[in-house]
Amino acid sequence: MAETLTKQDIIKDENIVYKKTKLMTDKVLSYCPGCGHGTTHRLVMEVIDELDAQANTIGIAPVGCSVLAYEFMDIDMQEAAHGRAPALATAIKRLMPDKFVFTYQGDGDLAAIGTGETIHAANRGENITIIFVNNGIYGMTGGQMAPTTLPGMKSSTCPYGRDVKMMGYPLKITELIARLPGTYFVTRQAVHTPANVRKTKKAIRKAFDLQKQNKGLTFVEVVSNCNSGWKMTPVKANQWMVDNMFPFYPLGDIKVDGELVK
Amino acid sequence: MAKELRLMKGNEAVAEAAIRAGCDGYFGYPITPQSEVMEYLMAEKPHERTGMVVLQAESELASINMVYGGACCGKKVMTSSSSPGISLMQEGISYLAGAELPCLVVNVVRGGPGLGTIQPSQSDYFQATKGGGHGDYKLITLAPSSVQEMYDFVKVAFNLAFKYQNPAMILSDGAIGQMMEKVVLEDQIPRLTETEIIKKCPWATTGKTPDRERNIITSLDLDPARQERHNLKLQKKYKKITENEVRYETIDCEDAEYIFVAYGTSARICLKALQLAKEKGIKVGLFRPITLFPFPVNQIKEMAGKIKGILSIEMSAGQMIEDIKLAVEGKIKVEHYGKMGGIIPSPNEVLEALEQKIIGG
Repeated sequence: MAETLTKQDIIKDENIVYKKTKLMTDKVLSYCPGCGHGTTHRLVMEVIDELDAQANTIGIAPVGCSVLAYEFMDIDMQEAAHGRAPALATAIKRLMPDKFVFTYQGDGDLAAIGTGETIHAANRGENITIIFVNNGIYGMTGGQMAPTTLPGMKSSTCPYGRDVKMMGYPLKITELIARLPGTYFVTRQAVHTPANVRKTKKAIRKAFDLQKQNKGLTFVEVVSNCNSGWKMTPVKANQWMVDNMFPFYPLGDIKVDGELVK
Repeated sequence: MAKELRLMKGNEAVAEAAIRAGCDGYFGYPITPQSEVMEYLMAEKPHERTGMVVLQAESELASINMVYGGACCGKKVMTSSSSPGISLMQEGISYLAGAELPCLVVNVVRGGPGLGTIQPSQSDYFQATKGGGHGDYKLITLAPSSVQEMYDFVKVAFNLAFKYQNPAMILSDGAIGQMMEKVVLEDQIPRLTETEIIKKCPWATTGKTPDRERNIITSLDLDPARQERHNLKLQKKYKKITENEVRYETIDCEDAEYIFVAYGTSARICLKALQLAKEKGIKVGLFRPITLFPFPVNQIKEMAGKIKGILSIEMSAGQMIEDIKLAVEGKIKVEHYGKMGGIIPSPNEVLEALEQKIIGG
């Protein structure tokens, strides 16, 4: 009798190459297919799992596409008012210095309405980690111009493209943050290819490791697409991101060990 | 043991009371006339005395959101400010109320609107008692009229805030905040340990342990039916607070023909006006609401059946008078007298107003 493989024969630890992240809940993600948020969520949860820190982590969700991040991350979380996450994180970390504290914020939240909270938390050197997802647009409210919208880029509130003379310039807040003495590790990554996913995970792990050492604020920007807001297919959106976002927001470490990368 | 007595400013009394009440964190931003709260705390080094965190934030927006972050963790946290700063905090206060978080906000009121003046006023009554920020919510609001009450109400407010999982406000004014009086101090209450907090606040974000589901603090619910259920739950809580937590003081009200209703600094002025009235043979008493929410509606309603008129004394254009009128239901005459712009009325002016607007009017 010919041997046939059953499911049970296949489901073995040595055969598993991909599995659900342990600290992601069973809730179906509310993100558009092709969006970078889902992957970034996973990476943060994988790092917390690897650090065995579920009981020692408090996360803060922003207002924006990831407003419901607490539905997907199986850890204690707080939902902040728009832009205020770094203020919440500051208090949590100061009141409970032994916990890992991180905020998860988008570009409208972090670099427009929450610029003050972001810069001052960074400048005080709060021992927190900020995960900053930058897709150059207000996704949740339907694709309005963000502080990070590129010059010439179209959105629902700059339908003819961002005219910098009228609307001002995109804010490179990550470069700004890196110049503050309170930040220790500042990096910009992406999650559009497996190689970039691995690099981003490494960066997030590093940020949390440094938080444990009380080195100051650690900051990981993830440049992402917004295929819905950009009105492109996911594949095209990723290509557009590579061609247009990366030249303006170049990937790589900006500050390492408290020193700006030359 | 002899009582510990100290001569203190109202603002300093708030700060010392916070330390002794076992407060875990104070987050604030300087503004006149309440800056002594944080100055006193910083000078006292509560991080050495009790481990209390004191942090000067970059704005009132940040300080109230720091309070939110700490309150989510079950910590006893507070902020203080004065009118323009409290306006900035309304967003955070609404979120705290929506997420049912306990905390203390102290408002040492100054005159407005806008930048207004740094002198005392009572023009934030509406903001404190009617919501202030967006959405249907209430703050437990206590109105001290002495430095001793500034001290005492810190503990009272924290207890009420935790009892009802609701933000509490001490609505003071620049006069009470700045003046000095002797204060009887209480013994230090130790801050709660992490284990005690987890027991007392099982809802708090203290880190998800295997023995429980994750704790999420949010004021968001996109499902209208669920959000309405939450609104109804809040309203039920406010009703319970209204039924159980009304506080007030009456002076010479037993055989009075007329009543002053006044809180805070205005109530102090009325005390002197009572003496002047006695000399003239006018039978007037003072009803002093101590909780502004819950407002002593039933007590004023009951009193209205026995007297001829009420004069509401407020350092505003007349805000509390609306609540008095609602309580009185048109049975007797209710008038307002007050000064604005940071001016405190004199006892003579108050008595004259009674004679003209109520007795002779």
